[in-house]
Amino acid sequence: MEWVKAREIISQSKERQESLIEVLQDIQAEYSYLPREVLSQISWELKIPLSQVLRVATFYAAFSLKPRGRHLINVCLGTACHVRGGGRILEKLERELEIKSGEASSDLKFSLETVRCIGCCSLAPVIRIDEDTHGRLTQDKIPRILKKYT
Amino acid sequence: MGMKIKTKDDLIKIKEKGLRSISPDKIKIIVGMATCGLATGALEVFKTLSQEVDKQKLDFIVAQTGCLGFCQREPLVEVRIPGRPAIIYQEMTAKKSKELLTALTQKEIKKEWAMARSGNGAKPIRDSISEGLQEIPLYDQIPFFKKQQKIALRNCGFIDPDNIEEYIAEGGYFSLEKALRTLSPEKIINEIKESGLRGRGGAGFPTGLKWSYCRKAPAETKYVICNGDEGDPGAYMDRSVLEGDPHSVLEGMLIGSYAIGAKEGYIYVRAEYPLAIKKLKKAIQQAEEYGLLGENILGTDFSFQIKLNRGGGAFVCGEETALMASIEGRVGEPRLRPPYPAEKGLWDKPTNINNVETWANVPVIIEKGANWFSKIGTEKSKGTKVFSLVGKVKNTGLLEVPMGITLKEIVFDIGGGILNNKKFKAVQTGGPSGGCIPAELIDLKVDYEELTQAGSMMGSGGMIVMDENTCMVDIARYFLSFLKDESCGKCTSCREGIIRLYQILTDICEGKGKEGDIELLEDLSSVVQSVSLCGLGGTAPNPVLSTIRYFRDEYQAHIKDKKCPAGICKELIQYFILADKCTGCILCAKECPEKAISGERKKPHLIDQKKCIKCGVCFEVCHYDAVEIK
Repeated sequence: MEWVKAREIISQSKERQESLIEVLQDIQAEYSYLPREVLSQISWELKIPLSQVLRVATFYAAFSLKPRGRHLINVCLGTACHVRGGGRILEKLERELEIKSGEASSDLKFSLETVRCIGCCSLAPVIRIDEDTHGRLTQDKIPRILKKYT
Repeated sequence: MGMKIKTKDDLIKIKEKGLRSISPDKIKIIVGMATCGLATGALEVFKTLSQEVDKQKLDFIVAQTGCLGFCQREPLVEVRIPGRPAIIYQEMTAKKSKELLTALTQKEIKKEWAMARSGNGAKPIRDSISEGLQEIPLYDQIPFFKKQQKIALRNCGFIDPDNIEEYIAEGGYFSLEKALRTLSPEKIINEIKESGLRGRGGAGFPTGLKWSYCRKAPAETKYVICNGDEGDPGAYMDRSVLEGDPHSVLEGMLIGSYAIGAKEGYIYVRAEYPLAIKKLKKAIQQAEEYGLLGENILGTDFSFQIKLNRGGGAFVCGEETALMASIEGRVGEPRLRPPYPAEKGLWDKPTNINNVETWANVPVIIEKGANWFSKIGTEKSKGTKVFSLVGKVKNTGLLEVPMGITLKEIVFDIGGGILNNKKFKAVQTGGPSGGCIPAELIDLKVDYEELTQAGSMMGSGGMIVMDENTCMVDIARYFLSFLKDESCGKCTSCREGIIRLYQILTDICEGKGKEGDIELLEDLSSVVQSVSLCGLGGTAPNPVLSTIRYFRDEYQAHIKDKKCPAGICKELIQYFILADKCTGCILCAKECPEKAISGERKKPHLIDQKKCIKCGVCFEVCHYDAVEIK
């Protein structure tokens, strides 16, 4: 892969430390993760040591250094979701997809991750798949929701 | 369409246009489309309404608004008919939307779906125009809204957040005009000081005082920041304000930066709030078009720019020095204070940082005066506070109430009591830095001081209600698990101390607790509290200490009797089927992932304890309360 889009994003940014997080966010929005080759490129072009680029990329939870599935499932584990059974929803998803939280399914269809509150507490427990938020969940609703994503 | 607003007359002209948009001379249907609405199907409702109106060539307007607050009843749809009270419909679906349109074309009101009449509590309606609608309760008479007073949420769920003219119609940017033309920076700061407004992000520092420090700092370049990194799990008021009324925050920042003497501002919003980011972008662009951001605002010498930053999913970035490091493109590690941001902040320049809800209060204080604002609330906590009432409560949602209201009024009058009529146990406030307030303190008056005295804190305003089936040891472990992941790792006491606290709590939850563990937790907590640099570590032990303080018995039950009284800790519980209640419907057996449930149809079933993994699905699906946890 040539990472054409990544080159474009990097070339549009300024050679300054303050651009780093924004560049990483845009790259991740494009590829759903931060490819190692691209991180080296960022370091070179923005003139920031690779160690520092990696430090930022691993500090923030929103960044992933591993390829993700086509659909990203974020299970909310905020307080309201926790008291209303969010943990059980996560376990159900782990059983259903046969992966653990933080992993991608072998066909790279889904990635399963957790998030500490998406601010949709009134409908707890909730999960977010890509852009869609699903609320008021019980375990038996999960298979039907997963079917909607191909 | 934008024109640069230069004078008050320009503003008044746009106000008139905006008013016609809010209440046009034809039927207007508005769908609540903040994140909670969207999660329950508001988009489908909106699309159905728009498509049908197009298809049937109806002379109706379909529009959107933000969060109306009563999230439990989402999706909410408001219908404004000229000359009649507005009607809010609850729990709408695509199918009901079509029927609603049919009814409207026949001049009928679907009373049975209505939640309330008159869309805006601030505007009482005359009874003569409500004829035939009296059985629909008035908006400000239904229990959820009755005790509320909306300042920060004044426009949320009423105006279209994408339409700056509707914001102006409700008085928006008039406070900015008043400030720039008639008030000196000193006078503004004084007004904010006298209003008694305190930071709504958690710590409650007096806002006017903060502004005055930054104003006095000698420097050419200064910055203002809006902290929209609402990290406390269980709190979503800032998301709601940003999604539903982004201009209120922009106007607050404009007034603040004029008072302080800043020309550049930053809004830092967490990445988990994509819709808020979208709405803000649009609002900033519109404000620029109308000459309310940029050079020579409202035709004066005052210039101000705002840049939007997305967070990266790190809780510690809610701390002001960590947040500024993040804006600078570095890892979000807090640093020692002093120097405070007012002296050395963003890029070492004097910086003033306030949270979303604080900024949203500012235009109203400038409009109505410090005197008006300071009459609301308690002696030391003035004004209102937005709370997200969530967890095991009947009416979940976002509410804004005067400071000093009791916990009982919030949980029982507004919240309608506990879900499934279970026993009320506690309310958790203040996020991971806060604590759990037990049922005995239900008459507590909610303000900064009272909450702190009860061992918790105001925080950003999340209120998570807990019932008899919430385990308090598990809650303490939950918060420590959260903080263990979110500690930036700079201070050893926080990084290692939290992990150790978490391990001890996990042992207790798994039935491996030992005599002396409670005392060990208390000792370790005091070390973590006193040695850590920032608020994250300094307050991390609060959930542990407050649960020990009020629920020591529950800790002891786990340690001594190896029992979890709430029925939550997996290692200490078992699921049973009650033979006298089981109807043999086989639903649980069908859902059980381990095939651990057996029995004949229409006869009581049995759980094989050896196979059971305690996933709880049988308990969730049973319609007859036949599954018991022991």
